[in-house]
Amino acid sequence: MIQNKSLADRYSRQTTLPEIGASGQQKLKRAKVLIVGMGGLGCPAAQYLTAAGVGTLGLMDHDLIQATNLHRQILYKESDVGQPKVTTAKTALQNLNSDVNINAINDWLTAENALSQFEEYDLIIDGSDNFQTKYLINDAAVLTGKPWVYGSIYKFQGQLSVFNYSNGPTYRCLFPTTTNRNVSCDEVGVIGALPGVLGILQASEAIKIILDTGNILSGKLKIIDLMTHQDQLIQLRRDDSKIEEIKNRGLKPEIFRCTLESGDKLYLDVRDKFEEPLLDESNVLKIPINRLEDHHSDIPTDRHVHVICQTGNRSKQAIKYLHSHHGFTNLVNVDGGIQAIMKQQETHA
Amino acid sequence: MPRKCNLLQIIMTLTIKYFGVIAEETGTHQEIVTLDSADLSVDSLKEYCVSKYSLSDPESIQVAVNQNMDHAGGLDNGDEVAFLPPFSGG
Repeated sequence: MIQNKSLADRYSRQTTLPEIGASGQQKLKRAKVLIVGMGGLGCPAAQYLTAAGVGTLGLMDHDLIQATNLHRQILYKESDVGQPKVTTAKTALQNLNSDVNINAINDWLTAENALSQFEEYDLIIDGSDNFQTKYLINDAAVLTGKPWVYGSIYKFQGQLSVFNYSNGPTYRCLFPTTTNRNVSCDEVGVIGALPGVLGILQASEAIKIILDTGNILSGKLKIIDLMTHQDQLIQLRRDDSKIEEIKNRGLKPEIFRCTLESGDKLYLDVRDKFEEPLLDESNVLKIPINRLEDHHSDIPTDRHVHVICQTGNRSKQAIKYLHSHHGFTNLVNVDGGIQAIMKQQETHA
Repeated sequence: MPRKCNLLQIIMTLTIKYFGVIAEETGTHQEIVTLDSADLSVDSLKEYCVSKYSLSDPESIQVAVNQNMDHAGGLDNGDEVAFLPPFSGG
């Protein structure tokens, strides 16, 4: 085909590098990479891996594209809002490179599906936005013997490492203790370029692992601060006991819960379904903020309803929306959100 | 106050770097602290900072010394200490 002919040298600018060459391009073509989470980190990682000619890419996410994603998840367009992330990403990535075999997995990573999914791939890229998934990726990677490229962001700062690579440390060797402090970009905000920087670095580490070249960021934690440029490269320590624990225990989901300790009040939790700590008491009504339009009629109007989220910002937006669009006047914001409640409980404990 | 010896004062100066939400709780990215002790452990420094700034979720905070997590737990004059929280965003 004419089109194929014109694309014949599409990889020439990378195969010119002695570290890649024709044999490296073959390695990329044979490689299978799973990206867990197609948000701020997963999108740019997927774009660069697709463009580089990685043979098989798995994209795993169960979210829909929201308007608030567009400032950083630049694979998606305005017209994609409301569509599933993975199918939209697949179409866009196939337009970029039709040679790549893309599996759109419209699902969350769970303790039930993690091992079978990981078995299908050579390495995993972490594009997740919560601790539960990060520990799950870590443990499933240990149990299936796959390396994974960790990325995580907070406002202007990012953390990057390669875990479980060639007898190197794992995420639990660095952060053994799980935490309730799940703070997402939705809550505290993030500069759009930050996950771009991190996601592309994750793609770069993945390519180096596939090519078996350069210094892989295993046993080191890179910290990037776009505000201060005080970057750090921290030497990590492998903790065999943590790894043994995972092997003995198998996959156990980390679930964080918080108790509101006020059974007489009615709460409306406007966070996404899997955001932790979970509030699973009977006096908590759960409607994620982007579903309020369809489900506002489930909210009682005859009593005070305390609207809650992680830090109090989204709940405030939700109240504003419900008041102006649907006439609610009985809603009270929980200032500071669940984080403030937990901090208070910690102090009193 | 520095402890006075006959011939020299034993003073330890440390640079402490705070990351993520910890920097917000302390109100600074970096501070230099001078202590009148030549014998301070990483754990006691952490305990001191946790209580001074009411840092939340102290168990999740990891401490690196001179960009190394593989430290023996002691501190020396001039050390750079980093307080690292896990990040969850993505």
